Amino acid sequence: MSKDNSQSTQKAATTDEFIKGLWRDNPVFVQVLGMCPVLAVSNTAENALAMGLATAFVLLMSNILVSILRNFIPKQVRIASYILIIATFVTVTDYVIQAISVELHKSLGAFISLIVVNCLILSRAEAFASKNTVWKSILDALGMGVGFTLALFCLGAVREVLGNGSIFGLPIFSEGFQSWIVMILPAGGFFTLAAWLLIINAVQAKKAKT
Amino acid sequence: MNSESLGTIFLNASLVNNFVLAYFLGICPFLGVSGKMETATKMGWAVMFVMLVSSVCAYGIHAFLVAINAPYLQLISYIVVIASTVQLVEMFIKKLSPALFRSLGIFLPLITTNCAILGVALFQTNKGYGFLESVVYALGAGVGFTLALILIAGLREQLNFAEVPNISKGTALTLFIAGILSLCFMGFAGLGT
Repeated sequence: MSKDNSQSTQKAATTDEFIKGLWRDNPVFVQVLGMCPVLAVSNTAENALAMGLATAFVLLMSNILVSILRNFIPKQVRIASYILIIATFVTVTDYVIQAISVELHKSLGAFISLIVVNCLILSRAEAFASKNTVWKSILDALGMGVGFTLALFCLGAVREVLGNGSIFGLPIFSEGFQSWIVMILPAGGFFTLAAWLLIINAVQAKKAKT
Repeated sequence: MNSESLGTIFLNASLVNNFVLAYFLGICPFLGVSGKMETATKMGWAVMFVMLVSSVCAYGIHAFLVAINAPYLQLISYIVVIASTVQLVEMFIKKLSPALFRSLGIFLPLITTNCAILGVALFQTNKGYGFLESVVYALGAGVGFTLALILIAGLREQLNFAEVPNISKGTALTLFIAGILSLCFMGFAGLGT
């Protein structure tokens, strides 16, 4: 009986590593990490999705490697080693995206290279992967990566629909639709993210009350 | 390679394409250290200095990497240069003014992960700027960053006395202010290209 119980709690803990990145510890909406790419490339749903997937890939690979090497990296130089690991994978991603679609590479611009300094990846390496097993780190990276992509997509979709009247480049409104230019502009990024944070805060305040 | 004058480059980097408000680079310290005017100003100076040094180094590294035909090492060498510059600044400030060192605290080493600095190094390479142009570009970006940081710190200090709805306290409110500031900076768009 007790063995069965511990097994089920262990299973719950494993899924929890994955689930927590989606909502409770969502990197964008709750932890407010990795803001720069979130605001900069979320002007269309497509860009947002591509950026999210690229970041999730780098996060996953660096989490795995950091977790494997966690007992070999001396404490004093750990941050420098993490950054080197991350920079290597970002370079790989950069060249892969360039090979798949030159157009996409152009529209994301320098922001692919800037994944290196995304605080989300470094914070997962330092706070999670350097202390946990490979398997757990993979789950953590997947959860955080999906959560990050989801949040980016939420922003990108809202901005594209309001600012361009389209989603994934397909128009969804009739001819007469007057697009809100401001949503495509940098200011729109700040406003959209602020609005999402308001909604999430409101939901959580309501939850806390009941 | 390009015919922009040094003045245009400076204006472009500092006002028209302000790094924080138009390119969204360096948002983390922008949200994190902008609560107090004094810290914000000092942070701005430190970032500006690191930007200048790393921009000069990045120019040299880029020339070297092109010479040995290894452009894929660009990102890694840039980040190493930035990390060591930050370390240098940290030791420098610790020796020169321990009080300032304490007040900046954790945010000093975090300059390494400030995307604005890596952004300056990458953009100047992409745009093919020469040595003097790179330095002016880095200086402009630093001034723009400091300006944005000081502006928002001033606004946030005043807003401490305002009554806002509970759910909008913290990051959401700061983002709204940043959005409005970003709209204001669009007014400079006519100045440059």
